[in-house]
Amino acid sequence: MNTILRLLVPAAREAVRGRWLLGLMIGLALLGELLLRFSGGGPTTLVSLLDVALILTPLAGLVIGTMQVHHAREVTELLLAQPIARGRLFIALYLGTALPLALALVIGLLAPFAWHGLLVGPDAWRIVALAAASGALALVTTAFAFIIALRADDRVRALGIALAVWLVAAVLWDGLILLIALGLGARPIEGPLLVMLAINPLDLARVLLLLGTDAAALLGYTGAVLQRTLGTDVGRLALGSALLLWLTVPPMVAARVFARKDF
Amino acid sequence: MIHVRGLAKRFGTRVVLAGLDATMIGGRVTALLGPNGAGKTTFLKILLGLARADAGTVAVGDRLLDGSPEYRRQIGYMPQIARFPAHLSGRDLLGMLAALRGDDMAPDLSLADAFDLGDQFDRPLGVLSGGMRQKVNAVLAMAFRPSVLILDEPTAGLDPLACRVLKDRLLAERARGTTVLITSHVLPELEELADDVLYLDAGRAAWAGAVRELERHTGEPTLERAVARLLAGGAALAVA
Repeated sequence: MNTILRLLVPAAREAVRGRWLLGLMIGLALLGELLLRFSGGGPTTLVSLLDVALILTPLAGLVIGTMQVHHAREVTELLLAQPIARGRLFIALYLGTALPLALALVIGLLAPFAWHGLLVGPDAWRIVALAAASGALALVTTAFAFIIALRADDRVRALGIALAVWLVAAVLWDGLILLIALGLGARPIEGPLLVMLAINPLDLARVLLLLGTDAAALLGYTGAVLQRTLGTDVGRLALGSALLLWLTVPPMVAARVFARKDF
Repeated sequence: MIHVRGLAKRFGTRVVLAGLDATMIGGRVTALLGPNGAGKTTFLKILLGLARADAGTVAVGDRLLDGSPEYRRQIGYMPQIARFPAHLSGRDLLGMLAALRGDDMAPDLSLADAFDLGDQFDRPLGVLSGGMRQKVNAVLAMAFRPSVLILDEPTAGLDPLACRVLKDRLLAERARGTTVLITSHVLPELEELADDVLYLDAGRAAWAGAVRELERHTGEPTLERAVARLLAGGAALAVA
């Protein structure tokens, strides 16, 4: 544990030094402030912020994670030549990248709400849940970035793959769901819908957050379908379990790739 | 001592090491040589635990490599290109490595003194010249009193004075029984340092033996010319 902490601190310091995280944090805080000033702070603000957070978080996780692995390549080799177990080095590198990113997102999302005194009261948990989901997605997507960057030694290729993954997960996936829903016609869509949502952590987080707010009502018929099919306790439990799997499986896969990699 | 038996490694369909057998003895400097693509870098990476062998055994000192990182406590490694975190100083990096290793003894900084590094050792590595970073690289490799030294092009970027300091140190390490494995393209420099040659070709040890034996075998007066003969004649000449 001591070794992990000793490695984690400089890795996190290195991640923070890039200034990307600071920019992301300030950008999110400014956006939140603008939304709060111009649209009140009701469900519309939350849904707008949710859309931005769910687009930005995976992009940041995938890009920053990929860059960090390649950036730290020489230091990783230097450390691997020391009597340090690979598993510990991986944990330190992964958490040293993912935790500062998650923290930057959480602070950036919460700061304007804290500034306006909206972090207390019965509705405060909604923005806290959004910030927590963004933090969780940062952990998931950084793990994906590690898998990509460890498998693709070429920096440009790795970044290209990471951007392609983001494009599919954040943009094209919803179109695919729509196509499948249309293709199914009058047949029941609950089963396929649940599977399609479960295999994309972004959609999973979005649906979980929407179900937890009144915002589902803003989505009209789609929101009603979501509320009916997944808004039950069983539905929420299934989606929550899937999110938990996303939080654990990708880092474990990344750790395995790291353990077996020839540097 | 480093003892290697039947070491094999392939990347996809490309065979890089094809059953390499070699022994490097303590108190001797072994020059690792061979044409490009002969498997030198892969061999070094396997010794350091940076790459995993497909087959074969490696023993460093009295430890058989089994996936545990502990054997690397004995190794001092000087990579060819020392790209350290730019904001850290040599002393910061040394402190970090010492803390991670958890050694009881204080790091040996006599080489930093011999290089006359002075306050350069406390400046961020990003602002140091390539030669100065290479000196820090050498200091780090020797700071923990390793019994095995693996040096990849150690004098690259060093001025003649620093080269002499480093070579003197390597000879002192040899005298105290350290196993030194060194790769370099500057063969006259190896002539001065090396006792033995391990010449790889197509992933095998095409020649392993004393420098003087190699010179006798090829009929050449210097190591540089003898290696040039091996390169020109390939493995056939080496094993003849």
